[in-house]
Amino acid sequence: MKRSPLARLWPNATAVVLFIGFAFPVYWMFTTAFKPTSDIISEDPVWFPTGATLDHFQKAVNADHFWRLVGNSLTITLSAVGLSLLIALLASFALARMRFKGRRGFLVTFMIAQMAPWEVLVIAIYMLVRDGDMLNSLLPLTLFYMVMVLPFTILTLRAYVAAIPKELEESAMVDGCTRPQAFVRVIFPLLAPGLMATSLFGFITAWNEFPLVLILNKDPGAQTLPLWLSSFQTAFGDDWGATMAAASLFAIPILVLFLFLQRKAVGGLTSGAVKG
Amino acid sequence: MSVATERQDPGPAAAGVRRSGEPPGTRRPAPGTPGRGRLTGAAPYLLLLPALAVTALLLGWPLVKDGLLSFQNLNMRQLIQHLTEWNGVDNYRETLTSEDFWRVTLRSVIFTAVNVVLIMLLGTLVGLLLARLGSKMRLLLSVGLVLAWAMPPIAGTTVFQWLFAARFGVVNWVLDALGWHSMAHYNWTGSQFSTFFIITVLIVWQSIPFVAINLYAATTTIPGELYEAAALDGAGTWKSFTSVTFPFLKPFLLATTFLEVIWVFKAFTQVFAINEGGPDRLTETLPVYAFIEGVGNQHYGMGAAISVLTIVVLLALTSYYLRTVLRQEEDEL
Repeated sequence: MKRSPLARLWPNATAVVLFIGFAFPVYWMFTTAFKPTSDIISEDPVWFPTGATLDHFQKAVNADHFWRLVGNSLTITLSAVGLSLLIALLASFALARMRFKGRRGFLVTFMIAQMAPWEVLVIAIYMLVRDGDMLNSLLPLTLFYMVMVLPFTILTLRAYVAAIPKELEESAMVDGCTRPQAFVRVIFPLLAPGLMATSLFGFITAWNEFPLVLILNKDPGAQTLPLWLSSFQTAFGDDWGATMAAASLFAIPILVLFLFLQRKAVGGLTSGAVKG
Repeated sequence: MSVATERQDPGPAAAGVRRSGEPPGTRRPAPGTPGRGRLTGAAPYLLLLPALAVTALLLGWPLVKDGLLSFQNLNMRQLIQHLTEWNGVDNYRETLTSEDFWRVTLRSVIFTAVNVVLIMLLGTLVGLLLARLGSKMRLLLSVGLVLAWAMPPIAGTTVFQWLFAARFGVVNWVLDALGWHSMAHYNWTGSQFSTFFIITVLIVWQSIPFVAINLYAATTTIPGELYEAAALDGAGTWKSFTSVTFPFLKPFLLATTFLEVIWVFKAFTQVFAINEGGPDRLTETLPVYAFIEGVGNQHYGMGAAISVLTIVVLLALTSYYLRTVLRQEEDEL
């Protein structure tokens, strides 16, 4: 079907406008972070920075506890994701490969757990953690983040396991492998993309979590980066250069991860999230 | 929510029965199906046990605890002295008879409705546009969408505060340049409506990509023959959309709407971080309200009651879809 140039122009023009609309805030964050302060506080916005400075980044990095909190965030996030992967592998294998009584019940349980209202459970969680004398500790956060990402990880990994032909395992078992051996040697390598996708999503969820850490860890040394960023903004007020540098530092790992992840995210998210 | 009970009926009970029965090794494999026999027995329950245990402990327990707290008179004093004072349904009575609660509930529902409608409508349009574009323009737009999608909520919130800053904010500069001079130093977080406007733009900006990119992916799976058949029947662009595209995408749109309702309704980071529910607590949605009443004002028991009611409202909002999904699951498994 041929389209007139005018009919082609509209979608393309709309696409360009939309691209600008969606990308602009991200562009503005990065450019502000690098702009000299005189460019930031100019009456007319400086759309294309002429010079670049690292002063704002220096200020952000030198702010109280920054490196400590980077360490906290990485420790909590990586342990939460690692633990949930381990637990989810077992569960997803059972759900994808085995027939047993109550299987549907388990699936529905994880689907419902995925909708868990963590945002409104903070008060109960606060009481529990306080009763256990674990406020301002990294362990409770790690465990809660692990459970937060667990249902998604289970349901998505299950879909990946189910997509691997059963015959591969069976032929490995005919060749003398036990079932666990067949799993480790045959299934595990084929699962690599699924493990990547789920762990990246887990990473993003845990890295971004805000309400729980807001209430559990008031001690500045025991916080994570999202809290640092929000309090940084309060502390540095109108210093938008430093604030945008801090926001950039926080966002860069996720933006980079997402570029790798995006292809796998498409479709997988909805199927894992609702179809089980 | 029914998570705790849901878990208990098939889970530990069934596992217990199985475990006390034959260990997996003693089962005789069914003839003709190598390995099949091992699939039954205790193995699946053992594999599921860690996942169920941690979920029960770390999600089930807080849910139960939240329920228990909601029947307690728990404020700063009781908290410090570790007192447990039961006060029956007082928290619920007080919450349900307070005008504030109903105002916040109504506000949350409207906030959710406005955001979800905008997200679904614009997301679908952008998704359909992606399907119409050539490959280069599609790549360009996708890059923009992915950037917005990948932006962490707390970083996005910070950037929007900068975009909408009263002084040196780009938005005010543009409005001023367009001739709206009274907006030159407008304080966006100074009023309820304008604060909600920023929050809505922020949430819609971050949510459209998910709908658009997934919807585009879904359209690529529509068999081309369907369009050919529609064209043979003389269907125009609009007709082929309503008779082919839309029915094909309907399950996807339903599922996405459901997800967005949950996500927007529970949105805490954006709403809280932009202005902490202000000005004058006028932009508190239910999760933020529960947090500020419970933690901020140290009425932990009241906060718990509000949390329980928030979950009830969320379940009511999603009940139609949940019913459909649960019924579908029954058919499929």
